[in-house]
Amino acid sequence: MTGLVGTRALVRLAMRRDRILLPVWLAVFVGMAASSAAAGVDLYPTVQSRVLAAMSLNGTQTLVALYGRIYDPTSIGGIAMIKLGGIGAVFVAVLAILIVVRHTRAEEEAGRLELVGSTVVGRYAPLTAALLVALGLNLALAVLTAFGLIAAGLPADGSFAFGLAWAGVGIAFAAIAGVTAQLTRSARAAAGIASAVLGFVYVLRAIGDTAGRTGPRWLTWLSPIGWGQQFRPYAGNRWWVLLITVGFTVAVAAGAYALLARRDLGAGLVPDRPGPAMAAPSLRSPLALAWRLQRGGLLGWAAAFLLLGLVFGNIASSIGDFVSTPETRDFITKLGGEKGLVDAYIRICLSMIGLTASAYGVQAAMRLRSEETGFRAESILATATGRIRWAWSHVFVAILGTTLLIVVAGAGAGLAHGAQVHDMGEGFGVFGGALAQVPAACVLTGIVVAAFGLAPRLVAAGWVALVAFVLLGELGPLFGFDQWVMNVSPFTHVPKIPGAELTVTPLLMLIAVTALLITVGLVGFRRRDVG
Amino acid sequence: MDTAIEVAGLQKSFGRTRALDGLDLAVAAGEVHGFLGPNGAGKTTTIRILLGLPRADLGTARLLGGDPWRDVAELHRRLAYVQGDVALWPNLTGGEVIDLLGKLRGGFDPKRRANLLERFDLDPTKKGRAYSKGNRQKVALIAALASDVELLILDEPTEGLDPLMEAVFRECIQEEREQGRTVLLASHILAEVEALCDRVTIIRAGRAVESGSLADLRHLTRTSISAELTGPVSGLAELSGVHDLQVDGSRVRCQVEPDHLDQVLQRLSSAGLRSLVSQPPTLEELFMRHYEDDVAGEGSASTAGSGSP
Repeated sequence: MTGLVGTRALVRLAMRRDRILLPVWLAVFVGMAASSAAAGVDLYPTVQSRVLAAMSLNGTQTLVALYGRIYDPTSIGGIAMIKLGGIGAVFVAVLAILIVVRHTRAEEEAGRLELVGSTVVGRYAPLTAALLVALGLNLALAVLTAFGLIAAGLPADGSFAFGLAWAGVGIAFAAIAGVTAQLTRSARAAAGIASAVLGFVYVLRAIGDTAGRTGPRWLTWLSPIGWGQQFRPYAGNRWWVLLITVGFTVAVAAGAYALLARRDLGAGLVPDRPGPAMAAPSLRSPLALAWRLQRGGLLGWAAAFLLLGLVFGNIASSIGDFVSTPETRDFITKLGGEKGLVDAYIRICLSMIGLTASAYGVQAAMRLRSEETGFRAESILATATGRIRWAWSHVFVAILGTTLLIVVAGAGAGLAHGAQVHDMGEGFGVFGGALAQVPAACVLTGIVVAAFGLAPRLVAAGWVALVAFVLLGELGPLFGFDQWVMNVSPFTHVPKIPGAELTVTPLLMLIAVTALLITVGLVGFRRRDVG
Repeated sequence: MDTAIEVAGLQKSFGRTRALDGLDLAVAAGEVHGFLGPNGAGKTTTIRILLGLPRADLGTARLLGGDPWRDVAELHRRLAYVQGDVALWPNLTGGEVIDLLGKLRGGFDPKRRANLLERFDLDPTKKGRAYSKGNRQKVALIAALASDVELLILDEPTEGLDPLMEAVFRECIQEEREQGRTVLLASHILAEVEALCDRVTIIRAGRAVESGSLADLRHLTRTSISAELTGPVSGLAELSGVHDLQVDGSRVRCQVEPDHLDQVLQRLSSAGLRSLVSQPPTLEELFMRHYEDDVAGEGSASTAGSGSP
């Protein structure tokens, strides 16, 4: 087939471009799975403790909606991997979407595919190469994850089933991204549509999983995420489910090829609508431009954060239902009471919100670098706009956006929790706890800005720092890291609200650190060469 | 003020590649100045230094009487710049970009904007990602030409424009000249420079090799002569200033240095002229001569090849 000429070369090109990205992602996923498994083995040493935890989780509708069901309460793998089976699979899907869009529509949008397309490369080669890279990545992920889980002490057959369940979600979304990459001209939009599909199918399985005997349980079976869970690793290992995933993937990929055959290079199927012929009077400053470029993305994030906050707030008060036996209830009360348990859960949720909001800040601040390397910053800097003013515009949007997301999620969580316990005072406490996350989350934006000013090639340091802080927070307590190691993460210094007293000093310190990082970055940017 | 741009001994290296190697450039206020050189000669790097984007390692640069690195905001209010390969924001329309850049430069003329949109035949409602290369170029050109500025810095502005639009562009530059604006036009399209520019600077491997008015520069080069004679001619080869002599029976072809033209013509007419064609040197020949030297001189071209970032 001449349409596939050059696929091998493009696969090699993609592997060359992603030679750091792919191994790092694989390591993060495998490390996440293995450490979660190891933690589960420690936490639930006896069958009784597993059954207790599994039954209470299965009995809490909101948790089932969030994570899914545990199908074999006695198995250690079931309880240890419940979070990663659903939410972890979402990250696997996100990676697959990013990889496929990166090597198809993003290349096309940048015009590089045109360069490649004019050489001896078939029409279908770029899509095929992207799908092959995604397939290879997911197969490697399946095998390595299985080894990691086995090493952590989980049964071998279930571990392979878990790895394949993840890989199945990954290849299904690689195919979906293959389709969305054909639809629009913009890579951002292609990734956005695929992510929206991901959110939708996650909700489908949430409805299906929580449905009663007569309810729409079949909805789970419409969702690639649902298939991953219905594989039932450590609970029967239903290998045949893989056939559904493979069939779906093949069908969707065929759809992507059909769409590709019908369109021109560079074009989308959804035509661009014409926009205004004149700029709005307000579009007159670098800040207005930064806002215009980032507002769409920010509104999407804000909607997701509101939803997240509402879900967390809703679950919080029912967390006490977990502990249904008198003995454990007594044990928990001794540790700080049921109220203490609810507070601890809320704090975990709020710190997740803080971490995710900081990820927004990282990618928003990295716009500085992509505007610079894309030569769009040059257009602005050649006008009467000073460098600091231009850079500050994107920094401001990053800080404002991070803050806004936390406020929105905190308000959602506070309202939902307050309504559940019929005490808006408590809800207000949750909101306050969310606000306490803001300074720590903004430190990440500061790290990106500092890197942008001093060592612009290393601007991805923001992501590295974020992953490091997440791992510190997750693994630090488990492995008993020294306090000075833990202190490296800004999230260590967030006051434990609700529950503890508000201490202002650490918050002021975090704000000072952020201000220092941003100042260093801006001064560095003013002194260095642009471009 | 008489000098719009004054650059002396400019040096700039990117890692181990030396992009500029002691470059000199002088542009008088009110002139259209051609900035010629092969790809990678350092044109874009020079322009970017003039815009204060990178900083020169050595040498001095003055722009509109100010320091391009220090006085960014004041200077940029008085100039407009068009990149060689214009990058637009994918989700902003062409019209929005024109307005935004105009406002950020400190003002533009709405009437001129409308007029330019019509002449360049640009649809301002399309999104940045939907424009072709030529149309992206038009967006940046209209934004620059509609701005109320003293100096236009244009880096290969007609790349991607069709011949019709190139003609519109030339008209616009003529108008700018009549308005007394200064234009620095970097290009490797010699016909364009020849048609538009008062003075020209030719650079090669990060150095200016020639600078002056077109008349001055032509003076430095040879006129090509092609003649048909009635009788035999002798002694042409002995004359100094004659190159590439070909005598084929009664036909004679040669290249003659300007100062020796008179002698050669006398010798030819004494032999009896049947026909005579004399061609003035084109800028292209001038350019090629330096370029050939460069290829012959070996090495320096390849180091400058990857000069611009």
